[in-house]
Amino acid sequence: MHNARCTINQLVPILEAKDLEVERGGVLILSIPFLSIQQGETLSLIGPNGAGKTTLLQTLSYLLKPFQGEILFRGEVVNSNCPVFEYRRKLAMVFQEPLLFDTTVFNNVASGLKIRRMKKEEVRHIVEENLDRFGISHLSHRSARTLSTGEAQRTSLARAFAIQPEILLLDEPFASLDPPSRESLIEDLERILRRTRTTTIFATHDRLEALRLSDRMAVMNRGKILQIGPPEEVMNQPVDEFVASFVGVETVLTGKVVRSDGGTFSVSISGQEVEAIGDALLEEVVTLCIRPENVTLSSPSSHEITSARNVFLGRVVRITPLGFYHKVQLQCGFPLVAYVTNQSLRNLSLTEGKEVKASFKATAIHVVRRQGR
Amino acid sequence: MDLILEGIKKALWLLLTLDPEVRGVTLLSIKVSGTATLISLLIGISIGTIVALSEFRGKRFFVSLINTGMGLPPVVVGLFVTIFLWRNGPLGFFGILYTPIAMILAQAIIATPIVMGITLAAIQQLPKRLQLQILSLGATRLQMVWILIKEAKLPLLAAVMAGFGGVISEVGASMMVGGNIKGYSRVLTTATVMETSRGNFDMAIALGIILLLLAYIINLILTQIQQRERPR
Repeated sequence: MHNARCTINQLVPILEAKDLEVERGGVLILSIPFLSIQQGETLSLIGPNGAGKTTLLQTLSYLLKPFQGEILFRGEVVNSNCPVFEYRRKLAMVFQEPLLFDTTVFNNVASGLKIRRMKKEEVRHIVEENLDRFGISHLSHRSARTLSTGEAQRTSLARAFAIQPEILLLDEPFASLDPPSRESLIEDLERILRRTRTTTIFATHDRLEALRLSDRMAVMNRGKILQIGPPEEVMNQPVDEFVASFVGVETVLTGKVVRSDGGTFSVSISGQEVEAIGDALLEEVVTLCIRPENVTLSSPSSHEITSARNVFLGRVVRITPLGFYHKVQLQCGFPLVAYVTNQSLRNLSLTEGKEVKASFKATAIHVVRRQGR
Repeated sequence: MDLILEGIKKALWLLLTLDPEVRGVTLLSIKVSGTATLISLLIGISIGTIVALSEFRGKRFFVSLINTGMGLPPVVVGLFVTIFLWRNGPLGFFGILYTPIAMILAQAIIATPIVMGITLAAIQQLPKRLQLQILSLGATRLQMVWILIKEAKLPLLAAVMAGFGGVISEVGASMMVGGNIKGYSRVLTTATVMETSRGNFDMAIALGIILLLLAYIINLILTQIQQRERPR
């Protein structure tokens, strides 16, 4: 089974959707002209509540009917000729709520396998493996009702992975977790996804989560995909105001770590070095997020001494008024966005094309480690 | 006061010596009400689940009918079952009026809406997304229904208790369709009514105690199961 999978033509997308439309009460709540997902990739769907992320996930898994359009699995149309549960058995879905069954953790993780009438011995083996994977082996015999939210969501994910799905669909799986358990679960999931290379579609409204876990990002609003592409591209070059306001807030830079010494490290971004704090391995690829309000602009001739570790000379590309302040897009060899008050804009007499000095502190950078991607 | 004390004393005697008549009446009560409850579970749980899971026009009306049925007066059920089973009635050719079968039938009619109503509520109060979760685990529709019923097992135990409790203590219908025939269709409740009207309070009290004990034991067992499953 596993070997056969590898020989399948990699060019055929594992999942495709064509002219997907869902209507509820006469209102079009989902409209996806085309969507294609490659074997092994992680696609994140990002958007506000009601953007259609859940609807898209549920339609792709044939849980939501009726809909218009076609869904193709490995190039073949999924339709009602064959029982739809056979298609669903290739997928696994994890919801925002753990939705566990009223039984032990072990039986919960085994439930998908029992539904497939797998032999007991085999079930035990797979369940134990997945309990271990998510660090919940010690909870095996506990009743699912006694679990904390974090433990419950781990159980739910283990249940999905136990099926060994060809596509994993995650519907905001971390949204109801508190920050520490959220962080540790994301870390584990990242590690597991990296190892299994399971094709994953993942809905979230957290852009950093999406940036961290996905190969491609699709920004959704009102049932439509507004932009789809690699996270850096979507976040740095949003196609419209909505995408910009939702994911395009920070400057997102990806590069290799060229120097690292206990506590600070430097990342090479288009030939320039950006300094950030934290631990990172040499040669590791990391992504840096810089919020525009943390970027200070000054006149290129000023010799003010600053505590900011990162000072770059750049050129103003575009100035956009945003009410009480302006958004200034710079080119410093890499793109950088800064917010300045209307007053500072006047004092520095900034205009498009002018040279300016941009600085930001190493501590103002949010570092996302994306090892192995 | 004497009457009561004397009654209780004699009643205990009847119980301790396992009086054959008392024993026979008790066993028949358990048999009739147990069978009726089983039938009502089969019908009530399946229809209750189907109604809970499906959307159709007039669902609200149907649900309100079921809920009304939960309080069906046993005498009314007795009346209609009698009419149907009457010699010239639509089902008269079965010839089962004044038999335990007729009593089972009447009691099943009383218990079914109770079980159905509780099942309906139990399945409906499960999170809607649970169905999607089960389907996304690869379940067929039938497997999904079975898992949902298992998820609702605690409220369903309540349905068993309510159904059995409803029919074991019911007297009107049993009297009307069973006829309270000695050694044949006489159950605890009908016997109690008869003995009381005859002034045989000792016997009536003995039967009453058994009825209470029976209801208590059954509920004790089911409550044990239910509470064992509660979260710690």
